[in-house]
Amino acid sequence: MSGELSNIIIWAENKPGVFFRILWLFRRKQFNIESATVGHSETPGISRFTITVYGHHEQITNMVKQVRKLVNVVKAESLQSEMLVLRELALMKVAVKNVREKSNILRVIEHFRGRCINMAKNSLIIEVTGDENKIDAFYENMKDFVMLEFVRTGRTALFK
Amino acid sequence: MKTRLKTGQKVQGAEIICECLLRAGVTAIFGYPGGANIPIYDALYKYPELRHVLVRHEQGAAHAAEGYAWVTGRPGVCFATSGPGATNLVTGLADAMLDSIPIVAITGQVPSSLLGTDAFQEADMLGVTLPVTKHNYLVTKTEDIASVFSEAFFLAVSGRPGPVLIDITKDAQVNYAQFQYKENNEHLKNRLKLTATKEELAEIADLLNNAERPLIVAGHGVLLSGDGKTLLSVAEKQDIPVTLTQLGLSTIPQNHPLYMGMPGMHGNVAANRAPLETDVLLAVGMRFHDRVTSKTSLYAPQAKIIHIDIDPSEIGKNIMPALGVVGDAKLVLKQLLPFLQQKKNPLWLKKFEVWKKEEKDKVFTKELESPKLKSAQVINEIARQTDFEATIVADVGQNQMYAARYYQYRKYNSHFTSGGLGTMGFALPAGMGAKLGDPAREVWITIGDGGIQMTLQELATIVQEKTEVKIALLNNNYLGMVRQWQELFYKGNYSEVQLKNPDFQKLCEGFGIKSLKAKNLRQAREAIGIARKTRGPFLIEFVVQAEENVFPMIPAGAGIGEMVVSKEELK
Repeated sequence: MSGELSNIIIWAENKPGVFFRILWLFRRKQFNIESATVGHSETPGISRFTITVYGHHEQITNMVKQVRKLVNVVKAESLQSEMLVLRELALMKVAVKNVREKSNILRVIEHFRGRCINMAKNSLIIEVTGDENKIDAFYENMKDFVMLEFVRTGRTALFK
Repeated sequence: MKTRLKTGQKVQGAEIICECLLRAGVTAIFGYPGGANIPIYDALYKYPELRHVLVRHEQGAAHAAEGYAWVTGRPGVCFATSGPGATNLVTGLADAMLDSIPIVAITGQVPSSLLGTDAFQEADMLGVTLPVTKHNYLVTKTEDIASVFSEAFFLAVSGRPGPVLIDITKDAQVNYAQFQYKENNEHLKNRLKLTATKEELAEIADLLNNAERPLIVAGHGVLLSGDGKTLLSVAEKQDIPVTLTQLGLSTIPQNHPLYMGMPGMHGNVAANRAPLETDVLLAVGMRFHDRVTSKTSLYAPQAKIIHIDIDPSEIGKNIMPALGVVGDAKLVLKQLLPFLQQKKNPLWLKKFEVWKKEEKDKVFTKELESPKLKSAQVINEIARQTDFEATIVADVGQNQMYAARYYQYRKYNSHFTSGGLGTMGFALPAGMGAKLGDPAREVWITIGDGGIQMTLQELATIVQEKTEVKIALLNNNYLGMVRQWQELFYKGNYSEVQLKNPDFQKLCEGFGIKSLKAKNLRQAREAIGIARKTRGPFLIEFVVQAEENVFPMIPAGAGIGEMVVSKEELK
């Protein structure tokens, strides 16, 4: 689907199968999910989802209406990125050959305000948070090293 | 409300299930027992108020529940066991989903300790039915049964109705729990918007009051809101012509001067021409289905569209209206009435007379005066003899179009069919369910020779339950609608549409149903008379012209402006 990358934020009951119902509905309406994060919200028993999909304004509006029909969904909104504080978390495991390389890596981490959260003999695990561009840039910079594993959570968001 | 159990009484889950059904006002259940729902059937023994109808295939149970729901306005209930029993319900659930029919399906499931082990007759019904239900539940604990039932019955009928499935593990049916029943659906009720705001009403009224060529397209939502009179009052106040979609048929009597037919692929000429010229189109309780609009970009090009529907997700889904109002059809129309100025519109209405005459000359007269027996004549004859007041349960295909086009419904809510899903074989069990739901109705099932063989086994149920349905079997020894397409759009290549049928008379004899065969109009007339006078179920096999075509028709992918009124017009 073309169009802009849109944020759909969903509050739903934390019950078995609810994530499945939501994801299934996106598939049924022919959306490809670019990212999805889910976790507890400030209200006990209510999970908060941040889902990003590409779509035109009308398609996204209709999709949100469909999501609202799910019995377990309490609330659903689509919001422009400007109205949100968006972050994602990336974790990367990178091989370290020698001390010089290690200090080079630590310099990159420092530049991206990341943290080294695990230091083994031959590898480091790094944590970086930021918007997609920052994570992309971090990834690009780390290409000079031997990346062993990389994972990013996708967008999660709060209202400004 | 009838009750048998007291609050706090400790009973088995199966008994709680029956008690919940009783309290929900259920009078009939369509079902089939099996290993995973035996406990429910055992408890049913204690509940003689719950009449159980033993169908011959679970699909029949689901369709019968639909028929029951359609006539009563209450959820139809069906039972099935786990695995194949439950999966056999799927077509019926999908049918109810697309046509917004409230049914509650209760399926047995393997014991919770075996869930996920690929146990005998285990099928993941939550997963299987997710796309074809409004909501579904898996109940593994006896103490959850009562609250789930209360919510399920609420959901089935609230807002836009639909099917709900409750899958209950066998251990939850067998274990004991204290019976606690409370209706606690406020949180769901609060989510519904049923009425229009003052601003919305003013906007609708402004558009209608200033309209020169207004048109109403009303659908199933008006029937579901339980009243066609308010719609008629709105129409009469401003002389607005009314067209009814297939599922909206019988909302207003068809002999009313403002009734202008059914729009759509095989709809009436006037109802398909009017959207091209209207300046304000009031769409109520309908969803701009592709069979109604044909190519949406060519639909109602000059019109400001007002769309009233109870389901917010329908507004702007297929067609973007100038004004979308979420609300219950009856309530919003009732609110709207005082805002409307009294208007007359003779010039606009005169156009419809021209269109109606065109259809009469090019289609009706030819069909009804054919020397060979035609389906249109059969439906017309049933209509005549039943004073246009019978309930018609139509199957799918050409026979469905004839039933929609030629009966001329006068009784409110007297036409049922499978519109959205187009389920062949629907009518036989659905007609049975309708008759059981409201025995006072005269129920006629119209069905083709293809469709009847999809759910034929329900003839046995009809006999066992002494259901007094009359079956009009329109036999052309073809899958008629597909054959028509092959004739018109596939160079006449009749690929796999010819049926070598069984002897339906002997079949009826085998099932114990009285039957007659009619080969011409005179015999048809007599047979209909005899069927109506005979007590019990009756089947008439009408041998209709083999290669008849339903006209008008709008070719697939075309706009409504490209409607072909008769075969001669087809290039």
